[in-house]
Amino acid sequence: MDEVLEVMNDTHFHHVQTAHCESGVISNIFRHYGLQISEPMAFGIGAGIFFGHLPFVKVNGVPGTTYRVVPGAIFKRVAKRLGVKIASQTFSSPEKGMQELDRVLEQGRPVGLLSSVYYLPYFPPAYRFHFNAHNLVAYGKEGDNYLISDPIMEQVTEIDPKSLAEARFAKGFPAPKGKMYYPVEVPKQVSFEQPIRDGIKQACSDMLNIPLPMFGVKGMRFLAKRLRHYPEKVGDRKAVLYLGNIIRMQEEIGTGGAGFRFMYAAFLQEAAGILKRDELSALSAELTGIGDTWRNFAFNAGRVCKSRSANNVSYGELSDMLMQCAAEEEVLFRKLSKVKL
Amino acid sequence: MKKDDVPQDGNNMHEGQFKQLFYATDNAGQYVPVTSVGWEPENVAMQQAWEEINERVEKARARVLAGEISPVAYYMEKTIMDLPLLASYVGKFQWQVKRHMKPAVFKGLSDIMLQRYAAAFKITVQELKNIK
Repeated sequence: MDEVLEVMNDTHFHHVQTAHCESGVISNIFRHYGLQISEPMAFGIGAGIFFGHLPFVKVNGVPGTTYRVVPGAIFKRVAKRLGVKIASQTFSSPEKGMQELDRVLEQGRPVGLLSSVYYLPYFPPAYRFHFNAHNLVAYGKEGDNYLISDPIMEQVTEIDPKSLAEARFAKGFPAPKGKMYYPVEVPKQVSFEQPIRDGIKQACSDMLNIPLPMFGVKGMRFLAKRLRHYPEKVGDRKAVLYLGNIIRMQEEIGTGGAGFRFMYAAFLQEAAGILKRDELSALSAELTGIGDTWRNFAFNAGRVCKSRSANNVSYGELSDMLMQCAAEEEVLFRKLSKVKL
Repeated sequence: MKKDDVPQDGNNMHEGQFKQLFYATDNAGQYVPVTSVGWEPENVAMQQAWEEINERVEKARARVLAGEISPVAYYMEKTIMDLPLLASYVGKFQWQVKRHMKPAVFKGLSDIMLQRYAAAFKITVQELKNIK
């Protein structure tokens, strides 16, 4: 083990830009240890695809919508399914958190970090909201500054220790508490077959079987029903804000509703090759079509936002489009759950 | 989404350099990564979110200058925080922070408390007291 680590000390961290921070960190960090896994494969095995609408969880007075599973879940599931042992810690104080980060970096291990976007100076200002569930990799130091591979950035970057500590120890919900994680034991030989089966099974279950109205395809219908009545319920001004937030949650930073659908379709395509199941290729193509339906929804929602014409007709139409997305995804995941893998 | 359909609607919010990665299909239907400089609906939604923020900041500023609220309320809007978030940054209950938004109460705040607010907003106590 020591020998291997020494070799890795010389190896520069290989940064690849990805669409989503969490699946991107998995893909980049696992590759560092010789476990080649694409971002869509990590997303699929981690059953990252999801939908949830939480009208009572408000950020700045606007209800939240999510198109993916809760932060951290993808990483946890992928590690478990591939048999990678992960060390994961949170800290009571920034000093302890930064010390431990330095200690692990000195061993030549790249470290995954949970951070707030607001305190990352290398982000374009327009993107810097108090979003606390961003993932990035620190892979070394240059003087005092930390070398950062942020998966959604094209290039690697640097960050000063003060900003990094602020980002890691941001307050709010969910507070990252300096969370850091890194593989301590990576198997030499990994088979993707069973992890893919488990991931697909879980995704189908998450999308179809959660017995609450806010989640999975039921959640899409739940949001569709509420969206129809936004103008009369909360007024024109807020309706536009609510709608804008749905689009932002859906489209921001390359992932979102459609983006995650395309990424999952890319996963199904890759899985079809590994498991030698043509049905998965067909379902991948079908999901690509569903992603396009989501895009169409976002496009029309964007128009409503732009014109600010909060008439009930346009909201009704958008609601119908969401219902369409729900119907199509329900059919897809029912088919997917019946594929003999 | 086909590779050629990946939107390239740049706007100045990305500062012309921030590119995002998407998965899209090539001519053979195979998924490939493609970068995009932005997409119109997202740009609209983002711009709208910032307009809303800026409006709230301006409104708060006017109210501070009119003596209706304290600078705490203004800087809270300016740093895009909400009451629960600001309260956790300064280690107070929400109702206490709300009280500190009253100009009369704000005037009586201790230097330590002012320092905590200034740190949360990443400004000096001087800037906290005198908003422009």
